[in-house]
Amino acid sequence: MAYENPSEYINHHLTNLTYGRHPDLGWKLAESGSEAAEMGFMSIHVDSMMWSIGLGALFLFLFWRAGRKATSDQPGGFQNAIEMILEFIDDTVKQVFHGKTGPLGPIALTIFMWVLLMNSMKLVPVDLVPFTLEQFGVGYQKIAPTTNPNVTLGMATFVLMMVVYYSFKVKGFGFIKELCFTPFNHWLFIPVNLFMELVGLLSKPLSLGLRLFGNMYAGEMIFILIALMFSAGFLLWPLAGGLQFIWAVFHILVVSLQAFIFMVLTVVYIAMAHEDH
Amino acid sequence: MNFNLTFIGQIITFGVFVWFCARFVWPPLMQAMQERQKKIADGLNAADRAAKDLELAQDNAAEKLREAKEQAASIVEQANRRASKIVEEAKADARAEGDRLRKATQEEIEHERNQAREALRAQVAVLALAGAEKVVDASVDEKVHNEMLQKLASEL
Repeated sequence: MAYENPSEYINHHLTNLTYGRHPDLGWKLAESGSEAAEMGFMSIHVDSMMWSIGLGALFLFLFWRAGRKATSDQPGGFQNAIEMILEFIDDTVKQVFHGKTGPLGPIALTIFMWVLLMNSMKLVPVDLVPFTLEQFGVGYQKIAPTTNPNVTLGMATFVLMMVVYYSFKVKGFGFIKELCFTPFNHWLFIPVNLFMELVGLLSKPLSLGLRLFGNMYAGEMIFILIALMFSAGFLLWPLAGGLQFIWAVFHILVVSLQAFIFMVLTVVYIAMAHEDH
Repeated sequence: MNFNLTFIGQIITFGVFVWFCARFVWPPLMQAMQERQKKIADGLNAADRAAKDLELAQDNAAEKLREAKEQAASIVEQANRRASKIVEEAKADARAEGDRLRKATQEEIEHERNQAREALRAQVAVLALAGAEKVVDASVDEKVHNEMLQKLASEL
């Protein structure tokens, strides 16, 4: 690999393929991290978007096909596997959310499977896809979308939107009243209450997104460091290989656990939106 | 790794995925699962019912069998009674017939005996006459003594 030093290698691995409007150069693919940074908000991480949409579409396609062929007679192996996941999600949702779950099941399923697939991309060796694509002239590639805070915070924001939607749907105007008059039930305290409630409201999805991002980013970082060990001479290869294996095995747990946590917390937040203080 | 449009794009993508999942993915799978649950429940119920039916049928069969046995026993008993009755009747008939035959035979014997006696009597009369003729050595006028001879013969 043609990297001058480890820090360049790491930086390269942590840079997204970015398309955006450069202040001086107009709309283009960023050719370096600094160029991408100069683009500011008016840019998009092509790799994150493509991988996340691709993986989400894969999940939806597989489940949709299973649903189309679904029979109430003896299910085949694939349908069995899908139904196992569905039942697991449905049970979890029903444990957290009492009452008619409505669209909560599909929401939880989408979150769980999508995040799981996106996280799983970390188990692909760090250099495999970026290096291959580099041969075709694609400079940067981060294949695990959840190591991108834009992705996780975007999802968390959608969760926030759902929480606000359900709060209004269930409580109507009472939601505003709740924001203004708890915990101190006096009109003088409205600004204080509003501030505290809004912080509480916003902190939930923020922590949701940052938790997922933090776990995935840290894991990715370790993978990159282990990969770096391979370039430190073949004497270290067995050690690096062993470490990578152990870390990957450990990460199978982290990957699924984080997906599960994201899903459960989303359901919990939406369930809380249904309850009065 | 700056904050950019990816954030917005992700919100939209997420929304579309959730909509698609809720519209096309979740319902058919859930429906299939619920249908299967119902089928299994129905099947179990049917099995329960069948077991109950079977028990009932077995009870019924046992009852029928018992009845049949009773009936058979009564029929056999009746037949036995009938048979003994027939035997008795036959015996009685045979006895009557025997009596009748014996009586007829006796009458015949009586009749024969009487005939024989008559014949004998007649012979005796002749013999006696002949004897008397010899004894008296005189001719006895048959016409004269016939009466006496008849009397004698009847006394034999």
